[in-house]
Amino acid sequence: MSADAVRVLALWSPDWPVTAAARAAHVPPHRPAAVFVANRVLACSATARAQGVRRGLRRRDAQARCPDLAVLHPDSDRDARAFEPVVAAVEELAPGVEIIRPGLVALPARGPVGWFGGEQAAAERLVDRVAAHTGVESQVGFADGLFAAVLAARRAAAVAPGDTPAFLAALGVEELAREPGVDRSELVDLLQRLGLRSLGAFAELAAADVASRFGADAVLCHRLARGLDPRPPVRRRPVEELTVAIGLDPPVDRVDAAAFAARGLAEQLHTVLAGHGLACTRLGIAVRTASGEELHRVWRCAEPLTPAGTTDRVRWQLDAWLTARARAAQAQEATDALVRLWLVPEETVPAAALQGGLWGEIGESDERAGRALVRVQALLGPEAVVTAVLGGGRDPAERVRLVPWGDERTDGPRGTSGAPVAADNDQRSPRGGEGGVVDTAPHLDGVAPAGWPEDVRRAAGLPAAVAVPTAGSPAVGVSVAGVSVPGAPVGSSPGKRSRRRRVPVHRSPRPATGPETPASWPGRLPAPSPSVVPPEPLPAEVTDRTGGPVHLAEPDRLSAAPTHVTVDGGDPIAVTGWAGPWPVWQRWWTPDAVPSARVQMVLSDDTALLLAIRDHTWTVTGIYD
Amino acid sequence: MVVREVDPAGRLELARGVLRRVERRAARATPPAATGERTLPVAPALARLLPLGALRRGTTLALTTERAPATTGEGDASWRAHTRPTAGSVRPPGRGSRPPARARRGYRAWQAGVTSLLWTLLAEASAGGAWVGVVGRPELGPVAAAEAGLRLERLALVPDTGADLLAVTSALLDGLDVVVMGGLERAALGPADRERLAARARQRGAVLLALGGWPGADVQLSCTDVRWSGLGAEGSGRLREREIVVRSQGRGIAPAGRSARFLLPGRDGVGTDALLGGEERAARAVG
Repeated sequence: MSADAVRVLALWSPDWPVTAAARAAHVPPHRPAAVFVANRVLACSATARAQGVRRGLRRRDAQARCPDLAVLHPDSDRDARAFEPVVAAVEELAPGVEIIRPGLVALPARGPVGWFGGEQAAAERLVDRVAAHTGVESQVGFADGLFAAVLAARRAAAVAPGDTPAFLAALGVEELAREPGVDRSELVDLLQRLGLRSLGAFAELAAADVASRFGADAVLCHRLARGLDPRPPVRRRPVEELTVAIGLDPPVDRVDAAAFAARGLAEQLHTVLAGHGLACTRLGIAVRTASGEELHRVWRCAEPLTPAGTTDRVRWQLDAWLTARARAAQAQEATDALVRLWLVPEETVPAAALQGGLWGEIGESDERAGRALVRVQALLGPEAVVTAVLGGGRDPAERVRLVPWGDERTDGPRGTSGAPVAADNDQRSPRGGEGGVVDTAPHLDGVAPAGWPEDVRRAAGLPAAVAVPTAGSPAVGVSVAGVSVPGAPVGSSPGKRSRRRRVPVHRSPRPATGPETPASWPGRLPAPSPSVVPPEPLPAEVTDRTGGPVHLAEPDRLSAAPTHVTVDGGDPIAVTGWAGPWPVWQRWWTPDAVPSARVQMVLSDDTALLLAIRDHTWTVTGIYD
Repeated sequence: MVVREVDPAGRLELARGVLRRVERRAARATPPAATGERTLPVAPALARLLPLGALRRGTTLALTTERAPATTGEGDASWRAHTRPTAGSVRPPGRGSRPPARARRGYRAWQAGVTSLLWTLLAEASAGGAWVGVVGRPELGPVAAAEAGLRLERLALVPDTGADLLAVTSALLDGLDVVVMGGLERAALGPADRERLAARARQRGAVLLALGGWPGADVQLSCTDVRWSGLGAEGSGRLREREIVVRSQGRGIAPAGRSARFLLPGRDGVGTDALLGGEERAARAVG
């Protein structure tokens, strides 16, 4: 059954984040230490564990159990950097090392076992070498397949060839959730509640049942539990030209410069891969130094690499190398900088058909769609693919926030019947986005920016403060809002802003302050909304029976009934019906506030338009298509 | 291979039973549309216009308007490049190579309910978990899409494809269930390009929806005979609903075509369940 499973040697250094952090902070090994993330223990040393510190414990609890606990901070860059000497020590004895994550490497067992004459001997030599060169404790495990080998390494065990399924069967399902970075606690919890407490029990389920009931990740876990390789074995050998390289001139010896180069190169690699319709699952990073030495390292990842993930790994690796070089250079007074950098996709899978047949169907379409969208982002840039998030606002254009694909969507609550409830999403803070990309057109047009500034909404207490100005404000807003028909459009200067602006991405969840209730936006356009919203309002002219221009006589009254409309320089078209005007009373506090209103019109060619008038200027801000 | 002999059959049965119960209980047990299914569902009212009563995967649909002769005789003259530079308008980063001024679409491209028909057509599929991508239409209003019932988190927009419309559309056809292709009038696709995209859709089991004419489409849906209601005299009332006749022609449909009258959007923008009248088999002379 597992005849072709590759014998894997895994070398694991326990509690690597703690080891690395303690070394960086010069905490002696005998002092208990733990790394905390968000006030919870992420990893702790063996001494701390002996005193009752556990993963996930709160900091206060941990310190209560272990008063002299050293509190350390996580730093993935530091972890990767500190791990490099360990990898180098392993590599001196055995080639083909793959870093799975800082603290854990795997390599094909055949070479070292054959060379040292047995698994026991190979394990001893490796552990000794690592300890002698770096002073790091480590454990070695052997098994068929990577997953089992890692579990064996945690137990410092050698699983005999062919015994891997039996070895796995005895372990608990919680072993599936050991990998940091992949959250499987929900699946493990579910399996345990179902009475499937061991990997063996889970493995006995039919693969089709698992696929149809638990989703793609569970299929992966099921393969792992059965001792199979997580990925289908059919892999495509990458062709040579996928390798991307960059010459570094002048030679790079600083981490930030190297990271900059890495970033460009990672993007280039993904463009090349996207052009071939491929995704990378194993990435080789290679450099040549000024003295002619070539370094090469392979990173393996569970998911196909994204450009950001690639950049991270390249940066970690270069950081590790450069730091090691710098230390060596201090000792030998030799300058050794990097002159050339390659990225080699060691293993690729078709981006569209990745894990197609073997993976079950549930969740697969999402994955496929995600990959396709990432590929388009590789073609056009990350900003080119967006999804819309509905937020608060009075105009169709205002209520939409476009978020680049992959960024966090902080959704407002939505109505059940498809009618969205405007929500306080604070999506429109007036400050500029990062990188200085923010649309300033509204200001230059002499029009206040759309939407309420956040601070005003906060100050008003009620987010929708049209009719409830802050204390002491003139009550003129109230009277105007009172005139308008409830549910009828009253609102802003529509469309004076581009929907295509770069919106600052808020990664934080909802702000802690402010009321939790969704904001109501009195005067927002009721459904149906215009299905076409021009990115920039189209200029229009509206005339009455005599041919003279129509304008606002009062905030809620037109000077004459409109009879003809000219849109965007076309021919005049007769108006067959119209409604409004509904005054827009928004941002009355700005000095250049002028009366403006919205009007709906149906034209003789059956077009229905949403128009805005502001200061004698008409624009088309929406089309009911 | 060691299998522990703890009455495996009984245990398996037990686990299966528990699974079944859990599955039944799970409220959100509707799985996303599986690629194995041959069709994507549509609203019942629209189903009778389509062969098989659904959007068949691998096919190409064209949504067009069948306009009455324009009252002004202006035709498409209002499609003019609009080069007024807007002060301070900042392009999205990374798109520096984009031509500075895009052809501004006159509103005339939009008047016969194509967009509403599009959202209504896709609402059921999207609610069922299908992924929809829209290429080359920066003007579409997502609010209307949400009102029609689309799930915005599964609606990916690629507003501006630059010169890569073809490449982007084929990339999306690889992964998404439905790809809506706009901007045809700017892209100048040749018959070979269209054939290639249609073949890609067929191969990947995606539905390609073209906004505009698409010679060779499997099904062509066209909107005519628009009537808005809700406006009163002298500025009273507001736009509420629109009657529209949708005609379908193409493979799997009688040569005369089918047509039906809808409320699109229905009252207050929700759904299109209100089907007015019945199916009208004969092609009506629409003028």
